[in-house]
Amino acid sequence: MALNSRVPEGPIKDKWTNYKDKINLVNPANKRLIDVIIVGTGLAGGSAAATLAELGYNVKSFCFQDSPRRAHSIAAQGGINAAKNYQGDGDSTYRLFYDTVKGGDYRSREANVYRLAEVSTNIIDQCVAQGVPFARDYGGLLDNRSFGGVLVSRTFYAKGQTGQQLLLGAYSAMNRQIGRGKIKMYNRHEMLDVVIVDGKARGIIARNLVTGEIERHSAHAVVLATGGYGNAFYLSTYAMGSNVTASWKAHKRGAFFANPCFTQIHPTCIPVSGDHQSKLTLMSESLRNDGRIWVPKNMEDVLAIREGKLKPVEISEENRDYYLERRYPAFGNLVPRDVASRAAKERCDAGYGVNKTGEAVYLDFAAAIQRYGKEQAHVKGLDENDKVVVTKLGKDIIKAKYGNLFQMYEKIVDQNPYETPMMIYPAVHYTMGGIWVDYNLMTTVPGLYAIGEANFSDHGANRLGASALMQGLADGYFVLPYTIGDYLSNDIRTGKISTDSKEFEEAEKQVKATIDALVNNNGTHSVDYFHKKLGKIMWNKCGMARNEKDLKDAITEIAELRKEFWKDVKVPGGANEYNEELAKAGRVADFLELGELFAKDALQREESAGGHFRDEYQTPEGEAMRRKEFQYVSAWEYKGEPKDAVLHKEALVYENIEVKERSYK
Amino acid sequence: MKLTLKIWRQKSASDKGKLVDYKVDDVSSDMSFLEMLDVLNQDLIDKNEEPIAFDHDCREGICGMCSMFINGRAHGPDRSITVCQLHMRSFKDGDTIYIEPWRAAAFPVIKDLIVDRSAFDRIQQAGGFISVNTSGNTQDANGTLISKHAADTAMDAATCIGCGACVATCKNSSAMLFVGAKVSQYALLPQGQIEAADRVRNMVAQMDLEGFGNCTNTGACEIECPKGISLDNIARMNRELMKANLN
Repeated sequence: MALNSRVPEGPIKDKWTNYKDKINLVNPANKRLIDVIIVGTGLAGGSAAATLAELGYNVKSFCFQDSPRRAHSIAAQGGINAAKNYQGDGDSTYRLFYDTVKGGDYRSREANVYRLAEVSTNIIDQCVAQGVPFARDYGGLLDNRSFGGVLVSRTFYAKGQTGQQLLLGAYSAMNRQIGRGKIKMYNRHEMLDVVIVDGKARGIIARNLVTGEIERHSAHAVVLATGGYGNAFYLSTYAMGSNVTASWKAHKRGAFFANPCFTQIHPTCIPVSGDHQSKLTLMSESLRNDGRIWVPKNMEDVLAIREGKLKPVEISEENRDYYLERRYPAFGNLVPRDVASRAAKERCDAGYGVNKTGEAVYLDFAAAIQRYGKEQAHVKGLDENDKVVVTKLGKDIIKAKYGNLFQMYEKIVDQNPYETPMMIYPAVHYTMGGIWVDYNLMTTVPGLYAIGEANFSDHGANRLGASALMQGLADGYFVLPYTIGDYLSNDIRTGKISTDSKEFEEAEKQVKATIDALVNNNGTHSVDYFHKKLGKIMWNKCGMARNEKDLKDAITEIAELRKEFWKDVKVPGGANEYNEELAKAGRVADFLELGELFAKDALQREESAGGHFRDEYQTPEGEAMRRKEFQYVSAWEYKGEPKDAVLHKEALVYENIEVKERSYK
Repeated sequence: MKLTLKIWRQKSASDKGKLVDYKVDDVSSDMSFLEMLDVLNQDLIDKNEEPIAFDHDCREGICGMCSMFINGRAHGPDRSITVCQLHMRSFKDGDTIYIEPWRAAAFPVIKDLIVDRSAFDRIQQAGGFISVNTSGNTQDANGTLISKHAADTAMDAATCIGCGACVATCKNSSAMLFVGAKVSQYALLPQGQIEAADRVRNMVAQMDLEGFGNCTNTGACEIECPKGISLDNIARMNRELMKANLN
């Protein structure tokens, strides 16, 4: 099967406009006859559900949480990009497009990214109209901050809780439609399979997580907005429930999985403290606007710190290595995430890590506190040389900007980041890879769509900060509602889809068989035992740097672990009740398959690009070495076992941007 | 450290439920409270007992899913945090800890420590929104100036995570802090003015219908709110309601 990206003809600036002018529409009376299932209620799923319901379709929304408001988009901290150029610093649609493609290390689809940049400004207008309380300046205009990998300030934010506010905006839009009866909401439900009838996605099998009941739901189209698969690593910044199950089941039913190895490892997370750890916590990238990253220059200082004999504040300026500022003078602490993460790993691998595990670097606000303090002292006519006054004023500013993040850090680490530098280390945070989609966001299965983090198209090999929120809302509010209409225009005479067909029956039978196998397995090890083992393999062999040998080992080890899981997993409780262990078991079973494909993809991609770094392919300075031969999307077709997946290539053509070395020096 | 836990076990909504004693050893002070429960659950699974069901998801204090009454306090002993942010360094070796679900008629128990908070969703569905379609044809975001003070105060109200600690801690099981926060967010912004009267009336009516109690200004909700939502929001909601009913 040849991949067709269905990118419209014409100059990049006109593609989306021309496309919208020519697509088929569904008239309002007919929309009432059409059902759409949306799985997931984060920014992408929530915004899509609200918009499709407003348009008149009958929407059924599903989430595994107890309320759509709790989807993990809520945890995004820093902000959302939009090419508004409110700061007059030279921003434009083209520049946002350019930064995103470059930031993604030239592995994203040009036309999709341009469209994303184009609709970004609508998102801000829309959210403000919905009552999202973005930060404002004293004149009443919207404020912006700057984020990694760019030279303009285009990031809109709501304190350190931008994701929360945008999600609550989408949730409020959903609520309006739930109240009107246009969205039927299924909380505490998990999708366990997609049902294909006559080659088209026509419904899902879902499990009611409270009663354990297996339900059939039909629709004319199915949209997956189920997020990323970073929890394959066990420890990540994802929510505990985040999983790949919906995407993986779709993959097994014919949806190609694209670039699974493109994973973002975020540079600023709180380091691991012990074996009991269940998740990692992100410290927003916005902190890098004011925080300076360093490790000691001298090994004796490192050792003294680890032994508790020396405090970081006691190390003088000349004995600190601000390695990002040293290596990347142009972008300094604001280099993109993949670059910052690798640089931290490089220092820690060289032995300069500053905590007991040797896996932490400092993020220091002392300089920013002094800088802001002096500014404030000047404004208020106080003595700029009075250290006590300046420090107090400076801390107040830092508190106003990052107070909630500092509080979060202190609660977890039990250290006061106003007084001593934060310790940070990279952690798995986002997956750029996902279900392959065409320009219409449709997967290789007709009628099955993937939006938001669940798809692959916009971020290439590395996502820039504040772009995930942008993409989720762009897909849900402004892209899918058009593209899905073109497809559904063929369904106005189809009538209701029956759930009595043999396809539904077969899918339900399979789901029930899997559940029965799990609850009756009576093995010796819990689900977490296997999940942690998988996580260790993923982190050690498919993490920040990968090589041929490790990846080959990972493929074998994951396959063995999967066998062991099915032989020896223990799931207490029954199938027909609230049973979190059972839900977890199903998710881990899918991670155990995805993990193998992930490693296979990383092995096949013999280059370094963005978050995918192969030891064998680096420049003499240790930077990622991209290879022209790999300028394509790897889309994998399921063939039974993950190792048997067949590769399909979508060539990436850049007509509007010059592919060059990605330099932040 | 070693701890004794007295945990509420209830098989289903119709079951009566009771406190059951558990012992945990080897608890490290770096663990979060939920990680301590993870350890207990692994232990129970190993012993072929049923693990304790509790709600949790983001484990970073923002999704609002976790909900436990610990030693008589919503989200436990610390201020301004959710259970998932509570760390075991807040406890001492040998402590006995009581762990119960939210208790309110409008939040029925589903299982063990899990309660049904869909009443909150229904209150929002009754009016917790601005009626604007997502057409992308709204006016420019900077078209209406909003004072920094109004935007910041609206943001403070909007940080509510909908966890229900306010209801759980209130002797009247009142949801007024939750509803007040949402009403306030919109009442403070010009975009929210158009429907302000209908919004507050509908949300309050739904709140009453769900069986939440009234506010008697005790202020426990403000103390226990993990996000520090201020009582001012309840006052503002009452003003808004009065304004709506006078017009």
